[in-house]
Amino acid sequence: MAQPAYRSGSVGTETIGSRIGLWLSVFVLVSPAVLVFLWMLSLSLKNDIDNIAFPPVFVPNPPTLDNYVEVFQKNKILQYFWNSVLVTGGAVLFGLLIGVPAGYGIARAKAHKTAVLILIARMTPALSYLIPLFLLFQVLNLVGTIWALVITHLVITVPIIVWIMIGYFEGVPQELEDAALVDGATSWQSFRYIALPLARPGIVVGAILAFIFSWNNFIFSVVLGGKNTRTLPSAVYNMLTFEQLSWGPLAAAALLVTLPVLLVTVLAQREIVAGLSAGGLKDG
Amino acid sequence: MTIESVQRGASLAAANETASRAYTFQRHYWMFSAPGTVVIACVIVFPWLFTLWMSLHEWKVGGDHAFVGFANYAKLFTDERFLESVWRTIWFTALATIIPIGLGLWAALTFHRHFKFRGVLRTIFVMPMMATPVAVALVWTMMFHPQLGVLNYLLSLVGIAPFAWVYHPSTVIPTLVMVEVWHWTPLVMLIVLGGLAGLPTDPYDSALIDGATRWQMIRFITWPLILPYVMIALVIRTIDSLKVFDTISVISQGGPGTASETINYFLYLQAFQFYNLGYASAVVVIFFSLIIALSMALLMLRQKTKWTV
Repeated sequence: MAQPAYRSGSVGTETIGSRIGLWLSVFVLVSPAVLVFLWMLSLSLKNDIDNIAFPPVFVPNPPTLDNYVEVFQKNKILQYFWNSVLVTGGAVLFGLLIGVPAGYGIARAKAHKTAVLILIARMTPALSYLIPLFLLFQVLNLVGTIWALVITHLVITVPIIVWIMIGYFEGVPQELEDAALVDGATSWQSFRYIALPLARPGIVVGAILAFIFSWNNFIFSVVLGGKNTRTLPSAVYNMLTFEQLSWGPLAAAALLVTLPVLLVTVLAQREIVAGLSAGGLKDG
Repeated sequence: MTIESVQRGASLAAANETASRAYTFQRHYWMFSAPGTVVIACVIVFPWLFTLWMSLHEWKVGGDHAFVGFANYAKLFTDERFLESVWRTIWFTALATIIPIGLGLWAALTFHRHFKFRGVLRTIFVMPMMATPVAVALVWTMMFHPQLGVLNYLLSLVGIAPFAWVYHPSTVIPTLVMVEVWHWTPLVMLIVLGGLAGLPTDPYDSALIDGATRWQMIRFITWPLILPYVMIALVIRTIDSLKVFDTISVISQGGPGTASETINYFLYLQAFQFYNLGYASAVVVIFFSLIIALSMALLMLRQKTKWTV
């Protein structure tokens, strides 16, 4: 994004003082994030004696991977990882299958009332879906299955995807599709071959955000997950209750849980910024 | 090109327009939304309605339930623990909304300027909001440890006495707010940054000619123009802080005592620890109405401030 320099005051009004102020701001703003993540890394690479030493040991010396080994040995972490992949993957996939056409339908039919419904779904606390769904799954004998989790995670993925797709489909010029329809294309063809390819960036943005928020969710799995079907976040939460003071393995597990999401953030930061600043929160 | 052909072209275009309007009329957009509507009806609307119905019942896990009318609601309004959680939630929400808005504005104005490594630094700044809340909350828990935690050590370096963090009823809420601020200031920053990116350049040109200072430009041009975005951030922050759950359940479990029990955590305890599903449903209904009412009020406020002031 090339901005004219004067808008950010870097030419003309620029002084050394404002430059120092800028870097001071950046330092103050970024350091809390750096501190927490580095401390997480540091805890995960130290042995337990260093971890509970006072004054704290900051740099692991020597760094050890024992904590990671312990996490893998004592817990079925690979199983939980796979559960998370299945649940999040399934919820994002179904979310896209359902949400992308829905976003298109809402955008083209200008059904803004439906859009408000989606917004309300976003406002509702996730916990409030859980009571009825919990009972429903009990009746269907689905409590503790991966399917129950995939279905509940749709509560997270569908609204995000629909909301973002509405914004992107509204950006696809109606004229293009009109031309195709005049030439005899069906509604489906005009969606499939014109609108969909043009809105592809939106699909990427929607999928990434849905992935992140679904991966991070833990309350659904705490309530609905079984011993062998719980996802990573709730598995780590369970570790907490058993190993209050075993900080090294806990930090290692915490880092493993959040690592996929942090990697996605780094790799897809442009899409995330686009999705959260413009398309995702477009004026309804 | 003769005038005649231009006219013909224009009338053709007009004909085209009517044709496309006719097509618009015939298109079946509902078909695209149908699968989504069915799914939303099943996993979102059904739970809402079912909750409403359940809230009128005495309902324990295991199947036994009896119709009790509004008894659950009547009980709620005399339940000290619930009423306290309401005030606590409002207090928490006010703090966890206003502070991120302020810091987020500052961050957006900062990251809107040009400097070296801006992209990398912005990514680092955004990371907290993407990180898994449970994982980060675990690390905070270790940092808050009264004797061995790194935070009290850092405070001691600058000569400040050890802080009780989440281990005292009077400090637990501010501490949890701090975690929430750490998590969600980046979202406010991104929303406002989106607004800043779309600003027109003309007002700045004229202001620069008139000799305005940087602060004056922010106060009198930038601020009114990004106010709508700030309002969006305000609505989203309000809703999200009302719903906070992960942080509390990992870091303080509503304690010490009930000092950090918000409505959402009270709801969780009633439903999945005490298994009072009917009572919990009544909490959901009240909580949900509170959220809707607040968001509507804020949206209305936003409409009023839109592009004016």
